[in-house]
Amino acid sequence: MSRLSTCFEKIRTEGRKAVIPYVVAGDPAAAITVPMMHRLVAAGADVVELGVPFSDPMSEGPVIQRGHERALENHVSLANVLEMVKVFREDDADTPVIIMGYANPVERMGYPVFASACAEAGVDGLITVDLPPEEVGPLNQELKKVSIDNIFLISPTTPAERITTITANASGFIYYVAVKGVTGAGHLDTADVEKHLAAIRSKTTLPICVGFGIKDAASAAAVGAVADGVVVGSALIDTMAQRIESGGTPEQGIDDAVSLLASIRSGVTASIGTTA
Amino acid sequence: MTDMISPEFFASVPDPQGRFGPYGGKFVAETLMSALADLEALYRELAVDPGFQREFDSDLAHYVGRPSPLYEASRMSDAIGGARIFLKREDLNHTGAHKVNNTIGQALLAKHMGKKRVIAETGAGQHGVASATVAARLGLDCHVFMGAEDVQRQSLNVYRMKLLGAEVIPVTSGSKTLKDAMNEALRDWVTYVDNTFYIIGTVAGPHPYPMLVRDFQSVIGREARRQSLAMTGKLPDALVACVGGGSNAIGLFHPFLADESVAMFGVEAGGLGVETGQHAAPLSAGQPGVLHGNRTYLMQDQNGQIIDTHSVSAGLDYPGVGPEHSWLKDIGRVNYVAANDDEALAAFHRWTRTEGIMPALETAHALVHAEKLAAEMTPEQHIIVNLSGRGDKDILTVASIDGIEL
Repeated sequence: MSRLSTCFEKIRTEGRKAVIPYVVAGDPAAAITVPMMHRLVAAGADVVELGVPFSDPMSEGPVIQRGHERALENHVSLANVLEMVKVFREDDADTPVIIMGYANPVERMGYPVFASACAEAGVDGLITVDLPPEEVGPLNQELKKVSIDNIFLISPTTPAERITTITANASGFIYYVAVKGVTGAGHLDTADVEKHLAAIRSKTTLPICVGFGIKDAASAAAVGAVADGVVVGSALIDTMAQRIESGGTPEQGIDDAVSLLASIRSGVTASIGTTA
Repeated sequence: MTDMISPEFFASVPDPQGRFGPYGGKFVAETLMSALADLEALYRELAVDPGFQREFDSDLAHYVGRPSPLYEASRMSDAIGGARIFLKREDLNHTGAHKVNNTIGQALLAKHMGKKRVIAETGAGQHGVASATVAARLGLDCHVFMGAEDVQRQSLNVYRMKLLGAEVIPVTSGSKTLKDAMNEALRDWVTYVDNTFYIIGTVAGPHPYPMLVRDFQSVIGREARRQSLAMTGKLPDALVACVGGGSNAIGLFHPFLADESVAMFGVEAGGLGVETGQHAAPLSAGQPGVLHGNRTYLMQDQNGQIIDTHSVSAGLDYPGVGPEHSWLKDIGRVNYVAANDDEALAAFHRWTRTEGIMPALETAHALVHAEKLAAEMTPEQHIIVNLSGRGDKDILTVASIDGIEL
């Protein structure tokens, strides 16, 4: 059983919901990404999602775009990101790590090389924003050989018949994009999310995690009440970046982001307590 | 190669997945996939609808001013003493460039889809102006994304767009040029996908854009083919066009692809020289990759990051190229070469003074190669250059490079 399946099975058994922080590898500095991952886990992260820096992050809002830019100023490449996962694995054999990025760095590395490097580093899942089901076939073949989950996105605009196709090919979990727009944008409509999740659940038993638009403990709690997990990215990165921009050290920036994640963790846990 | 050249062969691309050989495709976020499917379904229906074609042709005739003339550049041809050079005068179109052929077509699609808001990316501003123009005519809300650096160097076009009622949004991320404008347009589209039509300005982006932009621009080549036969009694021996994203080039080339005797040359922006790395010539010096919804040749580093490009012409300053060009390069049907900034500037002045035609700096790159090519050919041979746009928009850039204060 893959680390992701084991993790979600455990969460389900315990009646919990997954909290998944997203950070850009190498932002604000390459050397502190791995310590930050451990601290996020200690603060209640069930899965860690690492963004692979890209020069043209087309689906990101301004906050995460700047995270990518900072990471690129630190010269962090896809190979470096995989190296970070490898180092993380030396001290944490259980927490699933998924990497999220764009197609071109993976294309450049080459699919077979990339898949085996992921397996060697201990990566559990991959989200590639610009590889929809129509384009992901060749990469998927390579990922399957090394048992890495390819995590598909479903959005509010995905028609019913497409949901069927996507869920038939998905593994690990389904990532539901809660708002039409870029990361960190928009106002989350929990009732709308609930309606869409019901449509997806009628097609699959895979866990469904929701991302885009979750900003704080309250919105995480609201979404956590209807989803199997919540993904938080922009809010963490914004908190960290603001502390650093106002004169704080990168470590202080991370302190703030970790505190926010801890409050999101308690928000999600409390909401389960009240509905259970 | 020879047996591959048939009209059927070239009509077979893109395939139903939008692929030109290994290039093209639909590499976009899930949120946009159904909008692309809707657009493709509508386009496939309208492309064979005589009513839609009549509407398009009528707009091209009465609003754009087509057909554009084919003009024999006698003084330049005499001076070179080789092949005769003919110019396909897209600069005489309404708004001053070939871009309007495509925006007319896409605006009709937006109208059929009932979309009231259109967005566009622009480099030199010609596509932005052409989009703002059709939006004004149809009463659509128009937002144009433009790199902050391009807003500076193309201030005349920025003002034109504003006069036409469009909102121009300067893009300050990344390299602040065309690629970043396209990123921002895609971010806008994903946010307002329900009411917004994205008018992509070149033969790039996700399927079906490379196909439909090619089809709309192919009016250039269809006319040129007819005009060449009427004026000279034969097909041209060579075609030359500049290539940024590649829409004017594909528009000229496509109707001639199956004509084996017609050689074709796409001219990329060599910037300070392809050997310096400071250029915008992905077909000459890039590698295949994925950007802006399609697989194509890109300027990128060894880690797959897109690298900054350089060209004196904002319209060619783009790290990618339309996927059909990547395919035409690989199968050897079109030759891709580069012309440098200084060569293009010299050609701009030479053609302005010799023919009284001021070409856009983009177009000047094509003229550089046409001159070299003509010199190696005989006076019985003919070259058609796509005079894709007029140079009025570039006079501030040219004056500044020449050290003249206006």
